[in-house]
Amino acid sequence: MKNFFFSIIIILTASAVLQQFLPWWIIVLPAFAVGFFYEQKSHIAFLSGFIAVFVMWSFYAFFLSAANDDILAQKVAALLPLQGKVSLLFIVTGTIGGLVSGFAALSGNLLRKTTE
Amino acid sequence: MKYAKLILSLVITAALIYFLNTKQGVAPPFGKFLNPFTGFWQNAESAKTLQDEELNLAGLQEEVKVYFDERLVPHVFAKNDKDLYYMQGYITAKYRLWQMEVSTHNAAGRVCEIVGEKALETDRMMRRIGMGYGAEKAQKFIEEDSFSHDLIRAYCEGINAYIKTLKPKDYPIEYKLLDYAPEEWQPIKVGLLLKNMANMLSVFEYDIENSNFVAKYGNEEFKKLYPDFIADEDPIVPIGTKWENRQETIDNRLQTINSKFEIRNSKSELFANAIEKPDEITGSNNWAVSGSKTKSGKPILCNDPHLKLSLPSIWYEMHLVSPNMNVYGATLPGSPAVIIGFNDSISWGVTNGGRDVRDWYKIKFKDDSRREYEWNGQWLKAEKKIEKYFVRGKGEVDDTVIYTKYGPVVFDENFGTGDSKKNLAMSWVAHLPSNEFKTFYGFNTGKNYDDYINALNHYTCPAQNFVFASRSGDIAIKEQGKFPIRDKTTEQGKYLSDGSNDKDDWKTFIPYEANPISKNPERGFVSSANQHPTDSAYPYYYPGVGVYENYRNRRINQLLTVGKDIDADFMKKMQNDNFNVHAREAIPVLLSLLDQTKLDAGEKKMAEAIGKWDYFNNADQVAPVYFEIWWNELRKMLWDEMLNKSVPMKQPNFYVTVQFLKTDSTSKFYDNDSTAQKETRYDIVLNSFHRIKDTLAAKQFTEVSEPYGDDETSKKEDLNPRDWGTFKDTKVSHMAGLTPFSVNAYNGGNLGVINATNTTNGPSWRMIVDEGAMKAYVVYPGGQSGNPGSKYYDNMIKSWADGEYYEANFVANGDELGNKKLFVSTFKPAKK
Repeated sequence: MKNFFFSIIIILTASAVLQQFLPWWIIVLPAFAVGFFYEQKSHIAFLSGFIAVFVMWSFYAFFLSAANDDILAQKVAALLPLQGKVSLLFIVTGTIGGLVSGFAALSGNLLRKTTE
Repeated sequence: MKYAKLILSLVITAALIYFLNTKQGVAPPFGKFLNPFTGFWQNAESAKTLQDEELNLAGLQEEVKVYFDERLVPHVFAKNDKDLYYMQGYITAKYRLWQMEVSTHNAAGRVCEIVGEKALETDRMMRRIGMGYGAEKAQKFIEEDSFSHDLIRAYCEGINAYIKTLKPKDYPIEYKLLDYAPEEWQPIKVGLLLKNMANMLSVFEYDIENSNFVAKYGNEEFKKLYPDFIADEDPIVPIGTKWENRQETIDNRLQTINSKFEIRNSKSELFANAIEKPDEITGSNNWAVSGSKTKSGKPILCNDPHLKLSLPSIWYEMHLVSPNMNVYGATLPGSPAVIIGFNDSISWGVTNGGRDVRDWYKIKFKDDSRREYEWNGQWLKAEKKIEKYFVRGKGEVDDTVIYTKYGPVVFDENFGTGDSKKNLAMSWVAHLPSNEFKTFYGFNTGKNYDDYINALNHYTCPAQNFVFASRSGDIAIKEQGKFPIRDKTTEQGKYLSDGSNDKDDWKTFIPYEANPISKNPERGFVSSANQHPTDSAYPYYYPGVGVYENYRNRRINQLLTVGKDIDADFMKKMQNDNFNVHAREAIPVLLSLLDQTKLDAGEKKMAEAIGKWDYFNNADQVAPVYFEIWWNELRKMLWDEMLNKSVPMKQPNFYVTVQFLKTDSTSKFYDNDSTAQKETRYDIVLNSFHRIKDTLAAKQFTEVSEPYGDDETSKKEDLNPRDWGTFKDTKVSHMAGLTPFSVNAYNGGNLGVINATNTTNGPSWRMIVDEGAMKAYVVYPGGQSGNPGSKYYDNMIKSWADGEYYEANFVANGDELGNKKLFVSTFKPAKK
C-alpha cells in the first residue's frame, strides 16, 4: 500500500516536471522507471501509473478551465463527440494520459519480472 | 510467458503513444491535443492574460506603450513609425496569428499543406488565377520604394518577433487541432493578403457567362435581361454631373479598332468553365454628409463594408499613434496601417466599386505542346510554370500553368471540366505592380482633401469607392482603381475576348483624375452602395451588366435627402435600417400576377400578410419569411435556364427580374424546362407561391395546417420561431467551419437592405465618425481576440446584432483611458 502510494506520488511529480520541457509522451519515463524499481503486483503497477497521470491531467485541466469559466472546454466538448459535456472532457483527458502511463508502468513492472 | 507479456505491454504502450500523437483524419492527435501541459487547455485564457507586462524586443528602437481598453482594443503609442508598425505586427500576431496565416496560405494556394487533398482544387484555382504572381509583382514594386519597404518590413519583423516567443503550448488552438506550426512571416504575405481581398472583390465580371448567354439566346434577349443601365439608376456621382471632355483619348484609341469581335457573333460556342460567383452579393455602404445637414455643422462619415461574417473577425480594431499620425480604425490582420478609419483631421471608408477588372481571353496555341500562341499574325512564346503542392498525407503534386501576355491560362486541359481544348487566359488588374500601402499610409497621416487625393493615386485594385470627410468641412467620394480604357462600340470586356489579336488588349488606362468623383455636391451628401458609379454620359465605357446594386443606394439617398440636423444617432438608425426597396417594388407586381382563387385557406392568409407588410425586414416580422421563400422559388423557376452548371450563365438581377415579370407577358423563359407543360408567368408565380408552405414544413418552421400569423399575432412573445430573424439564421462562422467556434446572431436585414445581413454575409464593420464632436462609434460582429477560448472572441456580436455601438476611445494618451484601461504592455528595445 505504501509502495502504491509512493509510486503514484513519484510518477505524478516526475512527469509534471518533465512535461514542462518535453512532449506529453515523456510521461512514460517515470511510470516505466517506477514500475521497474518498485516490487509490485502487475495490476497494482498499472493502476499506480494510471491514477498518477489521470489525476494530474484531469485536475490540471480542471484548474485551467476553471480560470476560464469553461469557455473553451464547452466548445471543445461540442467539437469532440462528447455532447458538450465538459465533465466528460476532463475524464477523457485524464484517461488518455492514464492509459499511456499505466501501460508504461506495467511494462516496467513486467521487465523487472523477467529479471527475477 | 514473462517475455510475451512484457512485449505485449511494450507494444501496447508504443502503439498508444503513436496513435495519440498522430492526427486521425479530421480529428486532432488526442494526446497532443488533450494533455493539459501543451494541448488545448493552455488556450483557455484566464484573467492572468489581462495583466500589465513589460517585455524587451530586439527589433525596437525606442520604448512603445500599448494600452488595452475594456474591449481589448490596443492603443499603440510609439515614438517613430518603424516602431509603430513593428508593434502593430507584434500585437496583431498576438491576437490573430492563425487567421493571418491561414488567409495567406489560402491566397498562396497552400491550404492542402494543412488539410490535405480536399483543399487541392481550391489551391490550384488560387495559383492558376495568379495570386502569387500578382503578389510577387507587388512585392518587387514595393522593394523599389525604400520608404514603404522599410515600414512593411518593420511590420513583418514585429510579427516574427511574436512568433519567436511561441512554444508549442502557446500556439493558437487551430494549430493544435490541425496539428501544424506557424511559419516565418515573409513580406510577400502582406501582398498575398491584399490579393486575397482583391480576389474576393474582383468577381464582378461575367465575360464567359455573357458569351454563353448570347451564344444560346442571342443579343436581343441579352440586351433585355442584362442592360448596362436601368431606369431607376441613382449613381454615385449624381446624374447630370458634367464630365470633362476626354473624347480625344477615346477617339485615338478607337482608330486601332476596325472590326467587330468574332467570338460573340459566332453564337455557337459554349464554355463550361467560369469562376464561380456568389448569386447575389450583399455589398457595402458608405456615405458622408456635409455640415449643412448636420446638427454640429461639421461632416459625419459612415461606412459598413459587407463581407462574409467570420470568426476570427476579418477586422482588427486598433489605435496607432506616432509623431506622424494619430489614427484609429479597422486594420486587416497581416497588413500594416489602418484600412478604414479616421484620424484627428480626416475620416474615410470604402465600398466595393464592382468595376470589371478582369478580362478573359481565348488563346490559340500553335500545337499541343502549347509552347507558342497566335497573336496578331505572329507566334508568341508562352511561359510554363510548374506549381508544386505539398499535399499533406499524399506528397508532392505538380501542376503546369501556362503564362501568356494576358496572364495565366486558368482553364485548360489540366484544369476545369469539359472544354479541355479551350484555353482561357485571364488578365487582372491585380497582376499589375502596385503599392496600396502608400494609399493607406497617406490616409492614416492625411490632413485634408489633397492628401486624400494623393493617397488614392497609389491605389489600383480592387476598385473601391472611397468616401471622405474632413474636420475642416469637405466631403467627397471617388471610385478609385486602375481601369483599362475599353472600346464602347465592341463593348470590350463584356464578353470573352479573342486573344489571338490585339483588338481587346488592355492598351492604356483611364487617367486617375478622370475616375468618377463627387466633391462637396450641392445636395450636401455623398454616398455609395455598390451602384453604378456614373450615369451613361460618363465618357469611358465600362460593362455594367447586372453587376450593380440599385436598392440600398436609393434608400440611402432618400433618407439623406430628407435628413436635417443629422447627428450620430440618426446615422446609427440609418445603418440599421431594414427597409426593403426591392420588396416594395416586387410585391405589387407579384400579387397582381397571383391567382388567389387557387390558394388554400392557409396560403390566403400568407398572401394577405405579404400584402399588409410594411416592407421592413425586421427580425420579429413574419411576412418577410413568406416573401423571401416566394421570391427565391420564383427566381429558380423563372431562370432555371441559367442554373445549368455545365454552361455557366448569370441570373438576371432582382431589378430586371421584377421589370421583366411586369412587362413581358410571353417570354420563353417563363416555361420551366424540367416540366412537361408550358408555363406562363401566372403559372410560375402561383407554383412558387405553393412552395412557401413546403419550404416552411421542410424547415420545421410551422405546421401547414396552423393558421399563419400576421404581424399582429406573432410578436416576440410568440414562442413559435417563425419570424424573419430566426428564418434568416445569421451565422458568424469560424474560418475553418467549426460549428462550436461559430456564433449565431438574431437580427433583421437582408440583401438590398441598408442593413445588408443575410445568412452568411453582413456589415463586417460599422463606423460613424462625427467630425464635429470628434467622436466615433464602431462595432463589428466578432471580438478582438482570435482565440475561441477568450471572452473577447465574440463579445461584440450581440451588440452588433442589436444595432448598438461602442464609442471609440480616441484618446491623446494612455492615461486618458482612465477606468476604461484594462492593462498596459510596455515594450523596450532589448539591450544589445
